[in-house]
Parts: sequence; structure tokens; C-alpha cells
Amino acid sequence: MQTTKSHPKSLFPVSTHYCAGCGHGIVHRMIAETFDELGIQDRTIGVAPVGCSVLMYNYIDVDTIEAAHGRAPATATGLKRVRPDCIVFTYQGDGDLASIGTAEIIHAANRGENFTTVFINNAIYGMTGGQMAPTTLIGQKTETSPYGRKSENEGYPLRACEMLATLEAPYYIERVSVATPAKIRKAKKAIFKAFKYQVEGRGFTFVEVVSTCPTNWGMSPTDAMKWSEEYMEKAFPLGVFRDRGAEKDKTETGADK
Amino acid sequence: MKQLMTGNDAMAEAAIQAGCRYYFGYPITPQNEFTAYMARHMPQVGGTFIQSESEIAAINMVMGASAAGGRAMTSSSSPGISLKQEGISYIAGDQLPAVILNVVRGGPGLGNIAPAQCDYFQATRGGGHGDYRCIVLAPSTVQEGTELIQDAFDLAEKYRNPVLILSDGRMGQMMEPVEFKPRPKVETPPKDYILTGKKGRERRIIRSLFLKEPELEAWNKIIQEKLMKIEENEIRYETKMVEDADLILIAYGTCARNSKEALRTLREKGRKVGVFRPITLWPFPYYALSEVVRGARAALVVEMSAGQMVEDVYLAVKGTRPIFFYGRMGGIVPSATEIVQQSEKIFTEKM
Repeated sequence: MQTTKSHPKSLFPVSTHYCAGCGHGIVHRMIAETFDELGIQDRTIGVAPVGCSVLMYNYIDVDTIEAAHGRAPATATGLKRVRPDCIVFTYQGDGDLASIGTAEIIHAANRGENFTTVFINNAIYGMTGGQMAPTTLIGQKTETSPYGRKSENEGYPLRACEMLATLEAPYYIERVSVATPAKIRKAKKAIFKAFKYQVEGRGFTFVEVVSTCPTNWGMSPTDAMKWSEEYMEKAFPLGVFRDRGAEKDKTETGADK
Repeated sequence: MKQLMTGNDAMAEAAIQAGCRYYFGYPITPQNEFTAYMARHMPQVGGTFIQSESEIAAINMVMGASAAGGRAMTSSSSPGISLKQEGISYIAGDQLPAVILNVVRGGPGLGNIAPAQCDYFQATRGGGHGDYRCIVLAPSTVQEGTELIQDAFDLAEKYRNPVLILSDGRMGQMMEPVEFKPRPKVETPPKDYILTGKKGRERRIIRSLFLKEPELEAWNKIIQEKLMKIEENEIRYETKMVEDADLILIAYGTCARNSKEALRTLREKGRKVGVFRPITLWPFPYYALSEVVRGARAALVVEMSAGQMVEDVYLAVKGTRPIFFYGRMGGIVPSATEIVQQSEKIFTEKM
């Protein structure tokens, strides 16, 4: 009998501390599968964030360093500059990347640092107990926007992909979702592509995953997935914002002529 | 062969000669020549220079580079060093080597760009959150600056601990003759903790997070035991004419230079004065200082601050001798004449 699917080698065979319906576990697995498929587990260095996924090294079996809140892209810059042959990635949440670490992500992207960032956007702070994130939707109730986020007071959800796509240097930027199996398959392709580009030395690659936080959203896992599709994906449209690789293919094959 | 160089340029050259190949920094006066020197020279030795988006990013780049096994450093001046404290705490908590140069300027706040020693507390007490210390080296000449910055890399790797060098606006900007002496290779422990990808070995994790209290306490104990070893082995200081002295002038860095000049004048007048100059501000030479001061009748601490190192002198002397303090703030350097006047006042009124 042929094995068609097994537990990824780069993922420890343990159960995670993540809540039911949380996107982290799905994304961890997709990253681990990618490492196996590209054969890069042995030369990969992860940069763990602050937040629920600080413990990602309990699940993803690669050399890992923790970064201070928001600083992962700077830490990754130092790692990659010393070890250009290693595959370096940061894994960051919305508070980490889009609030406290906006300077670090923008400038690492703008320098075209040759590492990959996986950005988990669930519109809320998970580990600290459900505070408003920079990506919290208008009207969304959190611990620190108990009457719902109001644009007059808290501004609007910050769109990281759109913002980074204004820069010249990034090689690949895509936003995906993990709300349905079909979307998960698409997300996997994006993550694979991002790391493949890094292996090829193309430059900065960025995948935003629209995710869920049923616990702090106060929903069942099923409702959270529905809410993610219905509201999150409206505020954060899925799609490719930059793919220099595809542009290149087009030019080479003359497909756009 | 001696060359005439500014402190900033000379220390940058010394860092490169010590094998520093990764430099990350952000512009701030009065340390800009250091960054510019690195920008010019790093590419020539195959090193990496990045002008980071902020001091915060720079120290975190140092952390990443160090975690990957590179000899990395950053430099800044007081307000920028404040921004780096978060990163320094993480580096200490991760037990990673790093070298940080602070060309101290007047504070608090934006202060000014003149020389000062008002960052002593920040430098010697840890500076950021948590129980840790940086090794703190305080040169008083450009030549010594070049030697201490080279030692800093070895100390950082030997103990896997951040090393801070306290220069100041004057030492950074002034020119003095320097000689880059060939340095014997210092053996540092193998870097068996660095991240290179797990090929052929168990994977490694560099972290300061220990959610279980006993684990974090155990980690803290390892750090504290290491710090005790540093206190045992790495204390440095210089004394001048302390053997027969009635009054000990205690000063570091720029203030020590002027204190030595004051010593010459006072000795010519027949006043028995000596100088004690701590070179490591942490670990502080408590015992040596206490012995020297107990051999005299009183001590005068001279600083470019409102009185910070003087607290360590109190701790060392423990009330056994009267301690006097003379400090200038705002970027003003106490002159040798002022130190002579202060000393004369002690001789005539207090002894």
C-alpha cells in the first residue's frame, strides 16, 4: 500500500496548546510540510514571536530563536546576513507585526532581506486576553474596544499586504485564509512559494494568513471560520499583491503580449 | 607606527581588527564618525554594515547576528542607548555575546551633544528589565579605547554576555596618537549554542522565556553564577601615587584624565594626592578601592554627572572615610583647576 500523506517530519508528533479552531496549528503544519518538501529542515532558522505562537518551537522542529515583541524582522536580518545559506523565517501575529513592529517589518521588506515572514492576522491579541489589534475590524468588540472599534478613536484596520506592496523590494506578497479546506490548500501553495523563492535567493517574501481566534472572539470554532470568511476576508481581501516570479515568467513566455 | 585618529575612528578600526564583521547602527551625535567608519571599511573586509531603521532594530540585528555566530556590535549615544535597553535585556537573557559602544552625551531627555557620564547607573545596573549586568569598560584615552573595544569582543564571547563600552563625546571627537598593536589570539569557548540549521545535530533554541517558575529561577541562577565569575576574574583599575596619599581622587574616563592633571599640580604644592581609576565600572573594584581609600584620610569623587559612581564608592568604603563629591552636568567637563580647588578645600577645611 502506498502512503499518500503522513505526519510532516519537521513537525513534532505532539498536540499543541492552541485552542480548538485556532489557525496556528494549521499554519504550523503547512510550514512544516513545506520544509519537508523543499528539504530545508536542516538548514532553517525560525524566529518565534511574542504571543500564543512564542512556543512554536515546541511544534516546528528547526533551530529557533525568540525575538522581542515586534523585532523579529530585525533579528531575522542579523541571522540571515551571517548565514545567507540558511533559510530564515519570522512568524508574527497582528499585534507583533502590524502594531509594535511596523518599523521593523517595513524596513526589512524595503531592504529586500532574503527571508520569509508568515503573518497571522486574527484581528485580536490572543495571549494577553483579547485586546484590540491594529487589524481589529470596525465595530469589533474586544477587551480594549468594549463598545466596538470606532474609526474616530482607533482608526481603521491596518492592511499589511497593501502597505508592503507599495515598496519596490519585496519579491512576493500574498494574503490567504484558512477558513475552508480549499482555502487551506491555496494557503499551503502560497507558503510553499514564499519559501521556494527564498531558497532561490529572490528576496523578501511575505504571506499573510487571515486566521481565527474563537476563544477571544467569543465564538465556536465553526462560527469563527464563518465569521472569518464573512467579515475578515471582506476587510482583508485575499489575493496576490506581488509576485515578481510570476511577472518574470510572463515576460519570458510572452504570455502578456 | 602611531597614527593620529579621533576616538570614534580609532575604536571602529580596532573593532574591525578584532574581527567584528557585522555592524548595525543608527545616526546620533556624537558617535556618527564610528558608524561612518564602519560604512566605509566593512565592505573592504567582507563585512556587513547596515544603517538600521532605529536603534531598536540595530540591537535586535546584533542579537540575530550573534545568535548565528557572527562577531557583531552596535554603537550609539545616550538617547539611542536607552532605546537599545530592551534588546540588551534579551541578549543578556539569551546569554548571547554582543558589544555596545555608548559615546555618552548630556542628558536627561534630548540633553545635548557634549561629553557626559550621566549614563553610569543605566550602564552598571543592567539598564533594561530583569536581573542581569553588562560588563562595562571605561577607557580614558583613545589608545585605551582601541584596546578595550578589542577585549570587549573576547569578554563577550568568553562569558556570553553583553559588554558595554562607555566613551563620551570628548573621547569620541578628540584626536590622539594611536598604535594598533598586534594582538595575541585569545581563546574563547566553542560556540556550541549558535543557530546554523540542525544538520547533523540536535536542534537548538535560543530563548529567555521559561514559563515554569523553577525553570526561570534556575536559568537566572546560571546567569548569576556567571556574573560572579566575571566579578572574580575581570575587575580592572589603575592607581597612581596612592601609597602615601592623604586624599584619593576617584574618577573614570575623561574625568580621570583631568584628575591626573590635578594630581600633578597638587603634588607640586606638596599635597599628598593619589588617583584611583576604575576601568571596569561593572564589575566595580569595590575591594581594591576600599583598601586604597582606607589607606588615606578622605576621597574625592569627580564625575560628569550629578553623582552616580559616587554611590559605588559609598558601597566600597562603607562609611570608614569621608567621601566628597564634585560633579558637573550639562556636558561640562570638570577642569583640572576645579579639581585642584575642590581638593584644596578638603585639605584646608575638612582634614
